[in-house]
Amino acid sequence: MKLITAVVKPHRLDEIKEALQAFGVHGLTVTEASGYGRQRGHTEVYRGAEYTVDLVPKIRIEVLAEDDDAEQLIDVIVKAARTGKIGDGKVWSLPVETAVRVRTGERGPDAL
Amino acid sequence: MAAAITLAADAPTLSSANTGFMLICSALVMLMTPGLAFFYGGMVRVKSTLNMLMMSFISLGIVTILWVLYGFSLAFGTDSGSVIGWNSDWVGLSNIGLTELWDGYTIPVFVFMVFQLMFAIITPALISGALADRVKFSAWALFITLWATVVYFPVAHWVWGAGGWAFELGVIDFAGGTAVHINAGAAALGVILVIGKRVGFKKDPMRPHSLPLVMLGAGLLWFGWFGFNAGSWLGNDDGVGALMFVNTQVATAAAMLAWLVYEKIRHGAFTTLGAASGAVAGLVAITPSGGAVSPLGAIAVGAIAGVLCAMAVGLKYKFGYDDSLDVVGVHLVGGVVGSLLIGLFASGKGQSDVEGLFYGGGLDQFWKQCAGVFAVLGYSLVVSAILAFLLDKTIGMRVSEDDEVAGIDQAEHAETAYDFSGAGGGAARTAVPAAGVAGAESKKVDA
Repeated sequence: MKLITAVVKPHRLDEIKEALQAFGVHGLTVTEASGYGRQRGHTEVYRGAEYTVDLVPKIRIEVLAEDDDAEQLIDVIVKAARTGKIGDGKVWSLPVETAVRVRTGERGPDAL
Repeated sequence: MAAAITLAADAPTLSSANTGFMLICSALVMLMTPGLAFFYGGMVRVKSTLNMLMMSFISLGIVTILWVLYGFSLAFGTDSGSVIGWNSDWVGLSNIGLTELWDGYTIPVFVFMVFQLMFAIITPALISGALADRVKFSAWALFITLWATVVYFPVAHWVWGAGGWAFELGVIDFAGGTAVHINAGAAALGVILVIGKRVGFKKDPMRPHSLPLVMLGAGLLWFGWFGFNAGSWLGNDDGVGALMFVNTQVATAAAMLAWLVYEKIRHGAFTTLGAASGAVAGLVAITPSGGAVSPLGAIAVGAIAGVLCAMAVGLKYKFGYDDSLDVVGVHLVGGVVGSLLIGLFASGKGQSDVEGLFYGGGLDQFWKQCAGVFAVLGYSLVVSAILAFLLDKTIGMRVSEDDEVAGIDQAEHAETAYDFSGAGGGAARTAVPAAGVAGAESKKVDA
């Protein structure tokens, strides 16, 4: 199993969700996050005082996938998240040792 | 408390219309203090929102009691030495007839007293914006008590009390440019020079946590200010109160636009905070001058104040004093601008026939205005600094650095403004997604 994590622009969430549903993903976890990459932050002005806001709002999407699906799933997310402008975010995956469905106690791929 | 009493020799009789109008104005001015609380409260960081709100609210409590006990008597009682008043009948409001009229006017003493009370409440509250995030609540409460007693009550007497030196000199202050705004702004400067900067001033970003709250507060201030200004004529038998009402609107509009244009040119954007600040700067500047200038004059007063205050709020970074929410930059500067401009723009057709420089009256009135402005500024600055110094040496003015960094709300009030923890306690319960498609034939990928 793999854990796929995507940190992307907040306004792409709906497209990503729809694309994942179309792919057959039954669940995901979304967290509000903040951070920066090459985009860096932006500048805000309050009564003439400039503040550099380093951390820009992002959302983090986490999805568990079977090994065979992982690469394809990453492509689905990347395609849905892309706007072509700087700050589109990143997607990565990690190996997952185990997963348990809390309600039934099913383990491994059955829990997905 | 206007500078000239224009009614004829006939003894005035009680006017129900004026009395009703003044009671409504009193309620409007009362609303300005919660409005100010939100104006300031939105400008601080999340961790000190409640403290900022409470610094204004506590003034409603403390100053009301002081005013009833002895404040009204000190400010408006029989003059002694042109500097302070006293009237033992007014101590505790114990011997005032319900229909006894305020001398020379058509409203009861009680009505005048309660209207003036609202001014005495908001003036110390104005100071609090400069002291954000770092002052012990008990020290603030004690400061207000002492400051009202030795600064506000005497200064109100100088400016508005019969026999007060500025009043007798002919300094024009329709509704409180000197007694309220210069007074509070100078006090703020005096106190912050003693207690010092917030931890992280000029290093950490300290941006407003809620601009919508700031806008709400500015709106409430603007609304309440009609009572503050138009009510200060204590009736409306000659139309001067209405002129003041109109000029309040006109100058505020001009100042808001002026601030916005200035910052668009200077910093590249029309900001929400700029609109709110510009409006307040205009309200401050028209407060002393609105009865003396024409509506076109009010546009000039507002526009000049809007630009000068927008420039003045940057000074704290240059000189390194932490006027946290720009009480000095907006109230002191706005008050000085409005008060001095009377000497230039007084039309002679408003509250009195005094004419300013641009209306052929020479510089006479300008020098009088300077006397009022700098006397109040100097007195308030020095005495406020002394009070802050004494409190700092005895009970201590500031919370500990740890408490300041962690957040004064929790340390001083055992509360926080917002509950960010949705988890636990059933607060974040949402429907469990239906598991109907579990085990379906499609690729199973589930979190």
